[in-house]
Amino acid sequence: MRTIQFREALREALNEEMRKDERVFLIGEEVAEYNGAYKVSQGMLEEFGEKRVIDTPIAELGFAGIAVGAAMNGLRPVCEFMTFNFSLVAIDQVINAAAKMLSMSGGQFGCPMVFRGPTGSAGQLGAQHSQNFENWYANTPGLKVVVPSNPYDAKGLLKAAIRDENPVIFMESEQMYGDKGEVPEEEYIIPLGVADIKRVGHSVTIVSFGKIMKVALTAADELAKEGIEAEVIDLRTVRPIDYNTIIESVKKTNRLVVVEEAWPLASISSEIAYMVQKNAFDYLDAPVKRVTCLDVPLGYAPVFVETYLPSVKKVIDAVNSVMYKNK
Amino acid sequence: MAAKKNTYSKETYIKWYEEMLLMRRFEEKAAQLYGQQKIRGFCHLYIGQEAVVAGTMSALKKEDRIITAYRDHAHALACGISADAVMAELYGKATGCSKGKGGSMHMFSKEHHFFGGHGIVGGQIPLGAGIAFADKYRGDKQVTVCYMGDGAVRQGALHETFNMAMLWKLPVIFVCENNGYAMGTSVERTTNVLDIYKLGLAYDMPSKAVDGMQPQTVHESIAEAADRARNNEGPTFLEIRTYRYRGHSMSDPAKYRTKEEVEEYKSKDPIEIIKAIILKERYSTEAELDAIEANIESTVNKSVEFAENSPWPEASDIYADVYVENDYPYITE
Ligand SMILES: Cc1ncc(C[n+]2csc(CCOP(=O)(O)OP(=O)(O)O)c2C)c(N)n1
Ligand SMILES: [Mg+2]
Repeated sequence: MRTIQFREALREALNEEMRKDERVFLIGEEVAEYNGAYKVSQGMLEEFGEKRVIDTPIAELGFAGIAVGAAMNGLRPVCEFMTFNFSLVAIDQVINAAAKMLSMSGGQFGCPMVFRGPTGSAGQLGAQHSQNFENWYANTPGLKVVVPSNPYDAKGLLKAAIRDENPVIFMESEQMYGDKGEVPEEEYIIPLGVADIKRVGHSVTIVSFGKIMKVALTAADELAKEGIEAEVIDLRTVRPIDYNTIIESVKKTNRLVVVEEAWPLASISSEIAYMVQKNAFDYLDAPVKRVTCLDVPLGYAPVFVETYLPSVKKVIDAVNSVMYKNK
Repeated sequence: MAAKKNTYSKETYIKWYEEMLLMRRFEEKAAQLYGQQKIRGFCHLYIGQEAVVAGTMSALKKEDRIITAYRDHAHALACGISADAVMAELYGKATGCSKGKGGSMHMFSKEHHFFGGHGIVGGQIPLGAGIAFADKYRGDKQVTVCYMGDGAVRQGALHETFNMAMLWKLPVIFVCENNGYAMGTSVERTTNVLDIYKLGLAYDMPSKAVDGMQPQTVHESIAEAADRARNNEGPTFLEIRTYRYRGHSMSDPAKYRTKEEVEEYKSKDPIEIIKAIILKERYSTEAELDAIEANIESTVNKSVEFAENSPWPEASDIYADVYVENDYPYITE
């Protein structure tokens, strides 16, 4: 099968959906003439013209709200945030408008649209450019939240997100755009809300999503060398969460480690731990463990980045701990 | 606006020259070090815009307050933070002016009344008004200069802040450093109102455009605005027109503009202009200017040495200064 970059997979999804549906358009900072801050939308202005690939001023609150209004009135915007750190300037329109429009209007005005862009840390970018808001958005009823981990998933999930009738938050990573992976030429869709077992195993379940899946999978490979066969589940969507897949796996492995790149309090991992203790309490042989980033803003110096993030070692330690194999 | 020649003293010209040359040489070194990966992350150079900060600082008092965005190295230096502390911050060393927590975009120094470099475009605009609010509240006479880019004026926060700053007559000078571009987007592509200063007029704020390629014109407009602020007459909005020679950040090839455009601005380089005046008026000899240059080079080289030899922060410092208490119960698992 051919191999393409993560950014190319996203671009293909955008291109295919825009060719198929006149109502879909792309709006955001530097998406058109500059070909995207991270080159996701390379060549799209040329193909679709400035009516459908729209550069905005640095006015997130305004253009996010304009996209919401356009969605209420029959279009299907894809609204790009240069990174989700800047979505905070626009979050009122996402939470107070997009997420509850359908419900507030008694089902009359939906917002079929996608807010997308990179999330999370990307090296030494300092505190304001290194944040994960997956759980913030996932907390809000009315939104769906997708966080893909590889090019194949990114393409199939983005196509599903654009076709979805609800507002979807779609979170990528600066550090994944260059990742390569196999993506078929033929069209495919990956439904939202369905987790994917990326590695089958019986010793322990590791749940993760997005960029940090790489850490989880590398840890699983390391663990396999010591005879520990981890089952690694990629959530792909953190709202809704595919609890069933997690719980079925835990019933088999009896141990669970959740790995995510976000602050720990009220995070996706806290949520999963709650649901698993509620629904699989009798199957657990050890308390659920999680690996998150540290409970602090991320400083600039390299030692902070290293200390802060989930690492292969931290995941292995957590697995050893739930296996009572503390060394 | 033509500069009024000779309104300023010999000392002022020489100070401008020294200050701007330090900014320039410091950042040229920073660019090299970025290439060597000694400096990481986002790094935005101020090269070309030096006259804006130099002309501002000469018109202010030492205790006046400065706040700006992420393109902040020159502002930090001009506030009096040592080249050592700024360079060490660029490296991420514990001796940096933000203890290695901030990096290029987040220089701070309370001691030097520098309220920081801020990373969210436009985020510093209300903060600048708030700093001025506090001075007015206490009855102090300080003035705050709040810098922003031409891209930042597109944020809604600007309008909310301008309205309140006028309503409450806050002692703040809003300075838009209009360098023509926000990343790859020219001002023309973001608005029908090409004269950015006119945004202030909607709030009846005294507002005007200023030539930012020479410190004289900047000084003049800031001095006037500062007087107004100190006399309880409220804020001013200055659109200071300038140019950045380099890309937006280290990773920007700047293909959205022509070589000719860049060359045109370089031909009216503020450092060269001031140097020419100094020589023409015989304020200094070539030899004296060479000595200044050598001095600056040594300051910059020493700052690199200082940064190189400085300790890294400890891993445990990651928990320092998140809360004021040092026994805050962090979640650790
Ligand atoms: C709210 C927000 N949106 C987007 C960005 C990404 N970004 C960083 S700098 C920049 C351009 C700003 O241009 P301008 O205000 O003109 O300042 P300059 O870089 O020219 O100094 C953009 C879009 C950001 N940091 N914050
Ligand atoms: Mg600019």
